[in-house]
Amino acid sequence: MGERLLVEGNDAVGYGAVEAGCDCYFGYPITPQNEIIEWFSRELPKRGGVVLQAQSETGAINMVQGAAATGARVIITTSGPGWSLMQEGMSNIATAQVPCVVVSVQRGGPGTGGMRQVQMDYDTTVKGGGHGDYKNIVLAPSSVQETYELVQLAFHLADKYRIAVVVLSDALIGQMMESLELKKLDFGPLPPKDDWVVTGKAYHKDGVKHMSLIVQGVPDSPYPTWLSFVKHLNDKFEEIEKNEVRYEAVALEDAALVIIAFGYMARISKGAIKTLRAQGLKVGLIRPITLWPFPKEVIRKVAEQGVDFLVVEDNIGQMIDDVKATLYGHGQKEIHLLSILDRSGTADGALIVPRRIVEECQRILEGGK
Amino acid sequence: MSQTEEKRVWVSGTPRLWRYYAIAARQCAGCHSPIVERIICEVVEEMGIEGNVICVTGIGCSALANFLFDFDSLKVAHGRPVDVATGVKRALHGRGVVFTLQGDGDCVGIGGGALIAAASRAEKITVIMANNAVYGQTAGQMAPTTLLNQVTTTSPLGRDPGIQGYPIHAAELVASIKGSAYSVRTAVNNPTNYQRTKKCLKVAFQKQMDNVGFSFVEILEACPTLWRMSPIESLQWLENELMAEFPLGEFKNVDKI
Repeated sequence: MGERLLVEGNDAVGYGAVEAGCDCYFGYPITPQNEIIEWFSRELPKRGGVVLQAQSETGAINMVQGAAATGARVIITTSGPGWSLMQEGMSNIATAQVPCVVVSVQRGGPGTGGMRQVQMDYDTTVKGGGHGDYKNIVLAPSSVQETYELVQLAFHLADKYRIAVVVLSDALIGQMMESLELKKLDFGPLPPKDDWVVTGKAYHKDGVKHMSLIVQGVPDSPYPTWLSFVKHLNDKFEEIEKNEVRYEAVALEDAALVIIAFGYMARISKGAIKTLRAQGLKVGLIRPITLWPFPKEVIRKVAEQGVDFLVVEDNIGQMIDDVKATLYGHGQKEIHLLSILDRSGTADGALIVPRRIVEECQRILEGGK
Repeated sequence: MSQTEEKRVWVSGTPRLWRYYAIAARQCAGCHSPIVERIICEVVEEMGIEGNVICVTGIGCSALANFLFDFDSLKVAHGRPVDVATGVKRALHGRGVVFTLQGDGDCVGIGGGALIAAASRAEKITVIMANNAVYGQTAGQMAPTTLLNQVTTTSPLGRDPGIQGYPIHAAELVASIKGSAYSVRTAVNNPTNYQRTKKCLKVAFQKQMDNVGFSFVEILEACPTLWRMSPIESLQWLENELMAEFPLGEFKNVDKI
């Protein structure tokens, strides 16, 4: 068993990154993720890494693009308004195909919004917030331990597919203290970076110049036309959808109602399911860990059992669109929603509490059958 | 070998690192950009740094250079080369000779904040800014460096200071920032200035190689097509009008900040 620490989710990002051999951190202060930039500023230089506080999130994401083009393992962290500023960079990174890890610790919006927990940036991360046809791999932790582990996985997937991987945390997971067991995860071998890194011609094995481009189908691009590059991206996204779906399933075997929730709302839903099961109500849970690629297969499989669905998310309803799209043509089951408007109170820190989820499940099961 | 490799031509009498592609050489007749590209290649070759040099271009006419240079480069978003160059240099722990090649709009328009921030951090990179007083690739709109009364497609009545303000003096601005080690304005309108620009670029690269600080080379360039002039007229306009607003000179040169 590895060393145990009592840390915040935001600190777990740092521990996970250094476990994965992170070389560079770029960022800009914004609540509620300041603990992360402070952690890296304190800890990464000691380990021989590079830390730079940029003049803006726009600057920071472009520094990430440059550093990642050298083959370094690079991470950047932010929250809502900063995430908005980074979208131009995310689009360019998708074309340059430089691997990097982004941690977005969600806060309320739109605009400056609030600084407490929400799940409002599902769409901008999962659908890609910048211009053009591209996808980000999105990993959604629901605990401090999982934040640490998914950050390690994020570095692996980024290198495996030459893609930006977003770890979608939030103010609750980020600022909550929990026990963390340190253990380096091994995800297997990765393709070499020698054939594309931009490090100076003398440092390449092939001895020829390398270019990192945000435009493709130009001279010396590996893709003869822009459309052939679009096809390449599509092939890559299909491969990721085939290989990298991750989810947690709870009590699906006999379920009559399945809750679909991610992050902290999945964790709160688990508490509600315990209560419901004690009452003899057959409720299960699917917790997408990869928000993209979305776990479509398992949702369609339980749909065949004839279950109803309840989507629980702390926003006005974003993931529910993916659930609806997943189930299109796979039966006519009801898809219910518990949203941010079902919170227990009006304070910024209010939540959709387990009792509310229990009541909703009882209503669906008793009213519907 | 990439598919365009076989089309690469080294034109006799040009620098070894300056490779001509018919497809990439899109600059207009009388444009000064290829002259600057050629100077960069000569300097890189003469300093013996081609294996360690990395160029970052943005969006604009100058951004075609990636395909001509026979050394490593990145082409990035409009206004972002300075930030990307910072990331490259930092990730290499200061090892590479990293420079940006940008137009005036890229460098002090959309990228002005990044320029000031990088100079303030004494980032060990070199910024080469082509100043032609107009947006080239988007075909002739007003630039941050457009002169007063100059007619462009977005200042059709001439730049009016009451509406569009005044041209920005980038080399003087960078010189005023503590973290800059070197800031000059040059031109390539005649053989003397060609040689002077070459010398300045060597000094600028040396500043980052000696770890002194940020270095900046602004180069006045003619754009006959969008100035709606013949190449000869554009040289005269550059000498009489552009140089009057943007005097050539060395605004900062220190060996220690």
